[in-house]
Amino acid sequence: MSFLRVSGAIATSLLLGCFLEGCSNGSLLDFAGAGPSTVKAASVKDGKDRHTAPDFTLKDADGKTVHLSDYKGKVVLLDFWATWCGPCRIEIPWFTDMENKRKDKGFEVLGVSMDDNGWEDVKPFLAEMKVNYRVVIGDDPTTQAYGGVDSLPTTFLIDKQGKIAAIHIGLANRKEFEDGVDALLQESGNSPVNAGGNPPADVVAAKQH
Amino acid sequence: MAAVTTKIPVAIQDGFHVNSNAPSDEYLIPLKVTWTSLGALEGGQVSYPKAEKITVGEQSLSVFTGKFDLTVDFKVSAKAPAGPGVASGKLGYQACNDKMCFPPKSIEINVPYQVQ
Repeated sequence: MSFLRVSGAIATSLLLGCFLEGCSNGSLLDFAGAGPSTVKAASVKDGKDRHTAPDFTLKDADGKTVHLSDYKGKVVLLDFWATWCGPCRIEIPWFTDMENKRKDKGFEVLGVSMDDNGWEDVKPFLAEMKVNYRVVIGDDPTTQAYGGVDSLPTTFLIDKQGKIAAIHIGLANRKEFEDGVDALLQESGNSPVNAGGNPPADVVAAKQH
Repeated sequence: MAAVTTKIPVAIQDGFHVNSNAPSDEYLIPLKVTWTSLGALEGGQVSYPKAEKITVGEQSLSVFTGKFDLTVDFKVSAKAPAGPGVASGKLGYQACNDKMCFPPKSIEINVPYQVQ
């Protein structure tokens, strides 16, 4: 009869958590081509500090192709999320309400789902959550273009010129989103302005000459 | 048929949690052991500890935190060849803190054994 002994040093002590590969500490998002770009959650960047949001081509729930560049001229809240993300589920009803109240003012929410199972999981989730904004399924090239989206939710506020005005990593405050969007809606769609509505100092200096 | 129970220690960094093996919502990704090769062993049924209940926003979650053990039951038949071997598998998990969540991951598990 066989006698089974399992070695004393059992297996591997499995240490899970944020220090494993792919985890973000949530402090800085190094944005490829744009330098460190995390903003304090309550503010939007001055116009001169904003960098162009990378364009992408992804598919929505109807199979239609969506480009970020389709939204130029509008303020966009670009939300990277997943059905398995609890903090994302807290924010989604806020975004649904914001879409409802500001869509006619030139604002839109665009959700980017990072669910590996794609529409199989996402479609019923959207129906259950009564999401009223467009959602696409994300991919690795898109997340890499946005600096590597290592944690969810990661949300970008994009101005009318297609530039990133704010980044929120993790669950943010609803008012911070609303204040940021409202500030961007007040901006002119023609030239970059700072949060106070005044043109940047270098533009003023150029005009004086 | 001989039987043996072994433990797999797991430690989760402070401030983080993983969904339990029986999450509170169908969309949540459970902690789960999947065996890829048992070698000369059979079974490999995993018992998980009692989960904690936490609340994030208005959502109640069934989670594991801190240090805990997974208990695994193996059997070996009388006809199993003598000698060393390794039972291999993966532990799948998905971790969050109270503000953000991280993509689902898996870690390799290797349980060395000796049939005598």
